[in-house]
Amino acid sequence: MQGEFEFSAWVPALPEIFLALASMALLVAGAFIGNKGTRVVCYAALWSIAVTALILIGRDWGRSLVPGGMFVMDSFAGLTKLMILAGLFAVVAMSIRYLHQEQINRFEFPVLVMFAGLGMMLMVSANDMLSLYVALELQSLALYVLAAFHRDTAYSAEAGIKYFVLGAISSGMLLFGISLIYGFAGSTNFDMIAHRLEDMEAIRLPILVGLVFVLVGLAFKISAVPFHMWTPDVYQGAPTAVTTLFALVPKVAAMALLIRVLFGPFAAMAPDWGQIVTLLAVASMIVGAFAALGQENIKRLMAFSSISHMGYALIGVIVADEGGVGSVMLYLLIYMVMTAGVFAVILSMRRDNLAVESIGDLAGLARTRPFVAFAMAALLFSMAGVPPLAGFFGKFFIFVEAVDAGYYVLAVLGVLTSVVAAYYYLRIVKVMFFDESAEPFDPNKSLSGRAVLFVAALFVLTFIAWPQPVISIAYDASKALFIQ
Amino acid sequence: MEITLTHYLAVAAVLFTTGLFGIFLNRRNVIVILMSIELMLLAVNINFVAFSAFLGDLAGQVFTLFVLTVAAAEAAIGLAILVVFFRNKGSIAVEDISSLKG
Repeated sequence: MQGEFEFSAWVPALPEIFLALASMALLVAGAFIGNKGTRVVCYAALWSIAVTALILIGRDWGRSLVPGGMFVMDSFAGLTKLMILAGLFAVVAMSIRYLHQEQINRFEFPVLVMFAGLGMMLMVSANDMLSLYVALELQSLALYVLAAFHRDTAYSAEAGIKYFVLGAISSGMLLFGISLIYGFAGSTNFDMIAHRLEDMEAIRLPILVGLVFVLVGLAFKISAVPFHMWTPDVYQGAPTAVTTLFALVPKVAAMALLIRVLFGPFAAMAPDWGQIVTLLAVASMIVGAFAALGQENIKRLMAFSSISHMGYALIGVIVADEGGVGSVMLYLLIYMVMTAGVFAVILSMRRDNLAVESIGDLAGLARTRPFVAFAMAALLFSMAGVPPLAGFFGKFFIFVEAVDAGYYVLAVLGVLTSVVAAYYYLRIVKVMFFDESAEPFDPNKSLSGRAVLFVAALFVLTFIAWPQPVISIAYDASKALFIQ
Repeated sequence: MEITLTHYLAVAAVLFTTGLFGIFLNRRNVIVILMSIELMLLAVNINFVAFSAFLGDLAGQVFTLFVLTVAAAEAAIGLAILVVFFRNKGSIAVEDISSLKG
């Protein structure tokens, strides 16, 4: 930087710049209109997210840095950001009616979702420990508030406080790790750290200590066992619209960030961090499968389900090559679509204008709402990994990559735990189709909820007919990480 | 005795561990948890500044300023959530944060 400002140099960050300006404008607009304008702010948020996605699609996804090297744009970041924006769009669209029903229609909701989304987009583009930290905190601070958004209920407040305390510990750990890495590598820039690690063997051990702390911090964010304690409580306590957000977007963003950190600056240390990630993956798969067996609350069950899904995705990270990362991206993409569909159903579970969350409340759904029950069954079978649904292919590619790289034990363990996990998915199907009918739910007037459910079910069912485009998108994007 | 980088790192590590244990061993008050979190972040700042002086590189001190700013925002949000919790429960004892479990 020679003291002159050139806008063209900042163009790689154009989507983020737009989203930041739009969120701040909406915050001010909301402050002037007040809570009666929540609906307007929500629609404006939807438009802003859509425009951000259009700007992103219109940009060149080749690798480019902004001045200072804090921010990198490449096709890996591009695909992840597109997934993040799609998730944000679906969440805001499905929340509009929910906020009204729960009488928490305050305009801060869409604004906070946008700020969290901005943090996540910056996260996946981080190319420096400083931008990583600031982006991660921007995301986390917005999400802490969202978890406690239903501030008149003790559950939501408790979810907020648990998420805040554990999230703050994890950022503390992350920072401590960053400080050690900075001290021994002499720089916070990812490219510089990678450079130093290749040149100097002696600094690897102290940097590994720092990397362990960083991994602990990131494992909290993707809720990998043993750092998952907050997940079930926060999923259950937070308002369902917020739980939808938690399940869909931050997981994907944090996983992408984890991949970027491990394959960027620390690529040279793959054998070292591989062992740590193996531990996380194995523990997540086992705990995610077994702890969910006795759950009665469907949001809590989805929390354990997401923990085990992250375990499977981590297997692809351990493989540590282009194919491995490609299979993780494919897995995350399919996971997002399935989860969006399931949460569209959970959001529609209302009786006498009150949200119900127990699995027993779904009893006899096949008789009262055959289409919803059928779509939900397809999504659950897909989550369990039953062929020929999309979820099967997600797991299949992960396990194929693992076997190709010689990680037989991990692949076998993955298959075994997914058999255990199939039990609790199938139990929901059994409740929906064969149990004595409970009272029917209130009619679902949410157009966006029905649309999301329809698209998700259609994707899951028809994935086998045209799998190649989706698979190549995921695998092509991951190539960007291995160019240098 | 000359104070070297190792001394600073040792102090930071001790402070960080104190903060961490403060969170897990404390059974009474959430405010104490917030204080412990601050302690952890300040320990990290000592690390950054010590390394920055040792390396003769300003990036560490810049990082410290960012950490301080974010820590302030984090404390504000933490206290706000705590107020919301107190309004619902009438207590901020750690043992009362227990209605969600299973």
